[in-house]
Amino acid sequence: MTVAVSMLPEQQLAVLNIAYRKAVARKRLRLALATAVFFAALVVAALGAEVNLGTFIAKIGNFVSYFDRIATLEGGARVWSDPGEWFWGWQKWLSLLGETILISYVGTLAGAILAFALNFLTAENTSPAPWLRFAVRRLMEFCRTVPDIVFALIFVIAFGLGPMAGVLAIMIHSVGALGKLYSEIVENVDMKPVEGVRSTGASWLSCMRFAVVPQVAAGFASYTLLRFEINVRGASVMGFVGAGGIGQELVVAVRKFYYSDVSAILLMIIISVFVIDIGTGWARGRLFGKEARA
Amino acid sequence: MTQLPTPDSEDLRARYPEVFSRPVSARLAMPAMLLGAAGIFVFGLVDLDFSPARMLAGLHQLGWITLMMIPPDPGSSLPAYLVALGETLSIALLGTTLAAVFALPVSLLAARNIVPSNLFRFPVRRFLDSIRGVDTLIWALVWINVVGLGPFAGVLAIAVSDFGAFGKLFSEAVEAADKKQVEGVRASGGNALHEIRFGLMPQVLPVIAGQVLYFIESNTRSATIIGIVGAGGIGLQLAEQIRVLEWQKVSFLILMILVAVAAIDWISSRLRFAIIGRRAVA
Repeated sequence: MTVAVSMLPEQQLAVLNIAYRKAVARKRLRLALATAVFFAALVVAALGAEVNLGTFIAKIGNFVSYFDRIATLEGGARVWSDPGEWFWGWQKWLSLLGETILISYVGTLAGAILAFALNFLTAENTSPAPWLRFAVRRLMEFCRTVPDIVFALIFVIAFGLGPMAGVLAIMIHSVGALGKLYSEIVENVDMKPVEGVRSTGASWLSCMRFAVVPQVAAGFASYTLLRFEINVRGASVMGFVGAGGIGQELVVAVRKFYYSDVSAILLMIIISVFVIDIGTGWARGRLFGKEARA
Repeated sequence: MTQLPTPDSEDLRARYPEVFSRPVSARLAMPAMLLGAAGIFVFGLVDLDFSPARMLAGLHQLGWITLMMIPPDPGSSLPAYLVALGETLSIALLGTTLAAVFALPVSLLAARNIVPSNLFRFPVRRFLDSIRGVDTLIWALVWINVVGLGPFAGVLAIAVSDFGAFGKLFSEAVEAADKKQVEGVRASGGNALHEIRFGLMPQVLPVIAGQVLYFIESNTRSATIIGIVGAGGIGLQLAEQIRVLEWQKVSFLILMILVAVAAIDWISSRLRFAIIGRRAVA
């Protein structure tokens, strides 16, 4: 059986071919240009960041041997040969670790409460007035963009050294971050219950309480747990600027070259982050599992 | 006018007993949880030395500091600040690129559809997890010990901590890729590398490019703070000016950071749209 393939006349085909080749060439040119610009940016950045491959190659051995050193006790033995010696300060460290987790807990919860109060003002569908929405949004953006450790630096001066500055810094950062996520959830709710409640003559507050909150509670809780997890990491370095927690102890150990202490504290931080990761992951799974069943 | 039938509560109670009498455990679970959360909160406030007096004194101080921040004024150090800002942006760009380059091959090892063996994948994943468990600032401290003070330590710190994050994100992107293209390449006689290059990469690269751009943006924020421990960039200036209580300079630096982050944000979202198209983002 023969199949007739209909071909365009020579002239038309040539025009199309030229157009095709031109389009491909243009695409390739754009890709090449973008790559060139990217590499140029990289070179400029490398100059700006004082990248020195010589130093890097000369010192990379230090990086590897650093891990060797932090795995060695004063006496020269491996750390795991004598856990008692390795974790000599475990009581102090454990209580500092507890403080770290408490800082992030209190900071996250306070931030979540504030964000909860503010987010209904910023969500497009529930905001009572456009100017209010604009103002609260800008405020949240500010809270979110300034890193929490910068707030901690300033609060340490205003409130004095100690965990209070850390809590407040984490709280402010969480207000910004959670407020945005919360308001995004609120913008996605079904508006019919709101109309239903409003039609009974309810006030704005009652509308939020009885029509919006029941729809968003699980999502809010999930994001808050996620934030808590992030904040534990953040709180572990708050001590670098004197805002409480285990960071203080770590920075001292690193700066004074107490190698085995560094590895002991790092290990404790990593394990607690793991445990909290798994715990919040489990709790989030249960929250959403409940949602799916209902 | 029609009248709704008045609900007979006794009748309803008899018909739906489970609605009217929930087990005690279910009724108490929510209040108990809230009470527990509030209890830990109060314990935390007490344990962390919160007191109304300290709070008031601190807020008073903070009010003064805010007043002294106005108007933001760089003094005569504007050129130095601009250089520091450039350094910060360089750190973010280089660190993220380095991390992406190194994370790509490793992420393939952590993806279920490339390495089916659990035995091999599990250690790679845990390795990436432990890198992510350590904050960028801690990595910066470690790298300062290795290559000395300066922005280069910052680049390496961001590269290492992003390496962990990228490894996880990329491997998720690889796992989400469509298997059909890979099978097509295999059917036409390609080997394993061909499968990855022609079957997987065209699907995965746009996703990865989007993530890398997003990270450049978020790393601009991280790069502003690693200066606090001495790893270069604008954070160094910021921490110094806070320590010497030059509040006008501090507020100017914070404004600079805000503007820079907003600019990077805008550029990277434009680029993201250009790469993966508006449809995929929305």
